[in-house]
Formats: sequence, C-alpha cells, structure tokens
Amino acid sequence: MRIFNTQNVIVLGLIGFGGFLGFWTLLSVSGLIPSLFLPSPASVIERFVFLLSHRFAGGTLIDHLWASMLRFGGGFGLAVLIGVPLGLLMGWFRLLDDIVTPLFDAVRFIAPIAWVPFAALWFGTGIGGPIMIIFAGAFPPCLINAYRGAKFADPRLIEAAQMLGTPDRRMITEILLPSAVPSIIAGLRISAGLGWQSLVGAELIVASTGIGYMMVQGQGNVSTTTVMAGMIGIGFIGMVIDIALRRVEEAILRRRGLSV
Amino acid sequence: MGAIRFDNVGRIYGTKQDGFEALKGVNLDIADREFMAVVGPSGCGKTTCLRFVAGFDQPTSGIVSVDGVQVTKPGPDRAVVFQQFALMPWKTVCENIELGLRNKGVPKAERIKKVNDILALMSLTSYADAFPHQLSGGMQQRVSIARAYVLDPEVLLMDEPFGALDAQTRVVMQEELVRLARRNPRTVMFITHAVEEAVYLADRVAIMARQPGRVKEIIDIRSVREAERWDDHEKIEDVMDLESFVHLRTQIWRSLRQEKAMEIA
Ligand SMILES: Nc1ncnc2c1ncn2[C@@H]1O[C@H](COP(=O)(O)OP(=O)(O)OP(=O)(O)O)[C@@H](O)[C@H]1O
Ligand SMILES: [Mg+2]
Repeated sequence: MRIFNTQNVIVLGLIGFGGFLGFWTLLSVSGLIPSLFLPSPASVIERFVFLLSHRFAGGTLIDHLWASMLRFGGGFGLAVLIGVPLGLLMGWFRLLDDIVTPLFDAVRFIAPIAWVPFAALWFGTGIGGPIMIIFAGAFPPCLINAYRGAKFADPRLIEAAQMLGTPDRRMITEILLPSAVPSIIAGLRISAGLGWQSLVGAELIVASTGIGYMMVQGQGNVSTTTVMAGMIGIGFIGMVIDIALRRVEEAILRRRGLSV
Repeated sequence: MGAIRFDNVGRIYGTKQDGFEALKGVNLDIADREFMAVVGPSGCGKTTCLRFVAGFDQPTSGIVSVDGVQVTKPGPDRAVVFQQFALMPWKTVCENIELGLRNKGVPKAERIKKVNDILALMSLTSYADAFPHQLSGGMQQRVSIARAYVLDPEVLLMDEPFGALDAQTRVVMQEELVRLARRNPRTVMFITHAVEEAVYLADRVAIMARQPGRVKEIIDIRSVREAERWDDHEKIEDVMDLESFVHLRTQIWRSLRQEKAMEIA
C-alpha cells in the first residue's frame, strides 16, 4: 500500500492549510491580538473578493496582478534569454568561464533590492526599473544552473559527440543544452521564485501600479486586509508559476524515460 | 589510409612519483586495413589504449599516431563504438545515427538513404523513431555500432561492441562484421574478452598483460585463415570447429591463463 499517492498528498496539503487557517482564526477571535494588527481570515477573504471587482489604488486586484506579471515576464524572460545561453557558453568555453565567473561571483551576492536606487535613477517610474530589479533576482539561478548542467554533462556523451565531429555551436545546442535541461528547469523554478519576490519589493518603491504598489497604498490607508489580500495574490500567482514550471520539468523528464 | 602506431606508450594516473602505472612500454603496429583484436584481463589497459587512438586521452610517455601523425584530438575519421553505448538519450535512433553525417555536411537526401541502409543492416528499421531508453541493451549497442559504421571511417575503434548482445544476435553481428571487413576493409581495433570472437574476426590478436599494462604477445591469425580457407565457410560454428581454429584459440587461452597464474603466485 502506498501512503503517498496523489490523493493522500492533496489531503495532507489541505490539512496543512486548514490547520494554519484554524490557528489564525483562533488567534484573531480570541481577541489576544487587535484586528488591526492581525485581521481575521474571513475579513481578509472578504477584502480579497471585494478587490477582485473593485478598484483600489488605480485598479482591481486583477489589474494590479496583471501589471506585476507583465513586469515579471519582462525581467524573468530577459534573465532566461541571457542567463541560460551565457551559462552554457561558460560551461563549454574555459576562457569565458575564467573571465566571467569571478565577476559574477561577486555581483550575485548583491540583493536585488540594493539596485532600487539605481533603478529609480536610471528608469524613473518607467517599466525599466522593476524589470531591472527582477532581472537582478532571476538572473543568477538561470546562469548558475545552465553552467552546472553543462559542466556536469555526461563526459561519455561529449566524447561521443566529439568523435562524431560535432562543431562547437552544435555541441552547445544539441548536446550541452539537452544535458542541462533538468538542471536549467530547476534553475528556472528558483529564478522565477526569486524574481517574483524581488518584483514585489521593487514595486513597493518604484512602481505606480502592480500588486506591490497596491499593498503600499493599503498600508498608507491602514488597511491591513488589503495588504494581506495582496499577499494572498502574490502567493497564489507564485504557486501557479511554480506548478507550471514543474509540469514542464515532468514532461521533459518523462520524454527521456526518467521517472519523476 | 589508417595505420595506427603505439610507440613506447605509457600512462600514469596520478602524479609521476606515486601514481598508478596503467600502461608501460606499449608497442603496437596496426597496419592500414588490418583487423586487430585486443584481448587481456580486466584492467590491463585495453580501453585506455583505445582512448589514445580516439584522441580522448593522451599518453604520459610515448606517442600514438595514425598515418604517422600524432593523435591530439577526436574526429570522425576514427569512429568509436563505446563499451557503454553513449547514445544521446534525447535523440531518436535515427537522429543519433544521423548526427555524424550532419556534422560532415552530407545533404539530407543522401543522409536519409545512408541511415535507412544501415538501419536495415542492423535490423533496426522499425525502431528508427524510438528513443534509446525504449530499446534493450543489445539494440542500443546496435545503434551505437550503426552510428560508427555509417560514417565509413578510416579507423574503427570498438570496445567490446558485442558484449551486451545475446548469443544469437552476437553471432549474426560477428558474421556481418566479417562480411563487411572482407568486402570493405578498414583499420579496426577491436577489444574483446571473448577469445573465439577475436580469432574469428581478426587478422592478428594482441594479448595484453597487467601490472603494468603492456602488449605481451601478438598472434597471427590471417595467415592460418587464408591457408585453411576459413572464409569458405559461411557459418561461424563451422569455422569454430576447424582444427586450425581450435589450435589458435587454445594458444591464446594458454597465454592468458599464464598471466592469471602469475598473478595468483
Ligand atoms: N581516469 C582514471 N584514473 C585512474 N585510474 C584509471 C583511470 N582510467 C583507468 N584507470 C586504471 O587503468 C587501468 C586500465 O583501465 P582500462 O579501463 O583501460 O582497463 P580495460 O583493460 O579496458 O578493462 P576492462 O576489460 O575491464 O574494460 C585500470 O586499472 C584502471 O583502474
Ligand atoms: Mg575496458
């Protein structure tokens, strides 16, 4: 008998969520914490539903989430488009590796939020600022995982490809890239998570729409339910992004006959 | 063209001072279009030698050359059939076989024809669009052989290519290889553990010894085969029954046996 079949896993997940909500409800009805500091789940959900169809800070919750997702798409897309090819190239060309790695190792420890002043300075309130900050968060995992995936490609397959006379370009696109795909997808999941997180941080400061902006406005109005509704929206979209990437990962692994 | 020469070749793993001496003073000449089988106990350095010719590894002393030119890097003029297949798991059988031809710039129509021919020869036609993980070990090995054959290389390097095959398929592949080798001779370095296989296929058999790895003895098969007209027999079992075959086989067995006995002593 398998305990961890799909159905049970879903049930266990629901137990976790239910327990959390129950604890939260208990805390807020007990009156130990004033409702301004910790709104009840019911009031948050009520606010969430309200914001879905009513404008707040220039748009509905959907509008804000959509604006955020566009920025996220821009920054994340850019990170993937630059990070993955660069990582693969570094995994194949030793010279490039030696040039880029020291610089990269220093820069990647700078938190994305640290770029905010420059983002504001360079891009004002335009779309460039948040995109740059998301990029700063999403780029390192893309590059690192593509690089590692290429570096740890099966040396026997590389030898086989060399023996077949495979030129550098094809080596990267047809041997290293497919070898690195599992690692790249894992990197994309981390990257999407970090990018989505830094987006909200960025919007707290530079944007004039978006879920982060909405939360700042909520805070300004001392509407903690709005802030929490925003948090739910962020968590939900983050989860959807991750589930989508996990699906891609599973599909690719299955195609190769590797079990998931 | 494709004469292989090992000139006093040595290979030390680790540092020169306290490294492991895998090969020492290996001398071996494989003539153009000669079929050389290499036998020897496990770990004597057969694969290491083959990797030098393929250009995957360099000796720490001595020189390995093909047609008088020192080998420095791998290339499609020296096709390899690997001990562990080494097929691209994300490419279909057809794509795996086609890769080398694409790299050579062979036009599409010609590629398709060549791939189809080799698929038929290897009885793989119905698996053209399968992925390696969907095939048995024996079938994967056939794909790996097809991938090398299709390049029609000067030099064919085969590392226990029939090791993963069942007895029947193995015999078919051996007979096929003999037919190919007689019709379109190539320089072949063929590593095997099976002494019968070596005697049946090769022009000469190099026997290697261990600790340190070296070529201990070279047995000429070709002169006997031609004198006794082995090739008149179509089936491998008929050849294996011939007295001249049994005699050579026993000679090689004995040489390998001595090696084992010395190790135990
Ligand atoms: N990369 C390596 N590092 C250290 N030692 C190695 C390395 N590659 C091979 N060796 C050693 O060199 C020796 C020869 O190895 P090799 O693989 O050539 O043997 P082989 O004759 O092909 O054996 P088998 O018949 O089992 O395939 C072995 O003792 C092995 O342990
Ligand atoms: Mg070996």
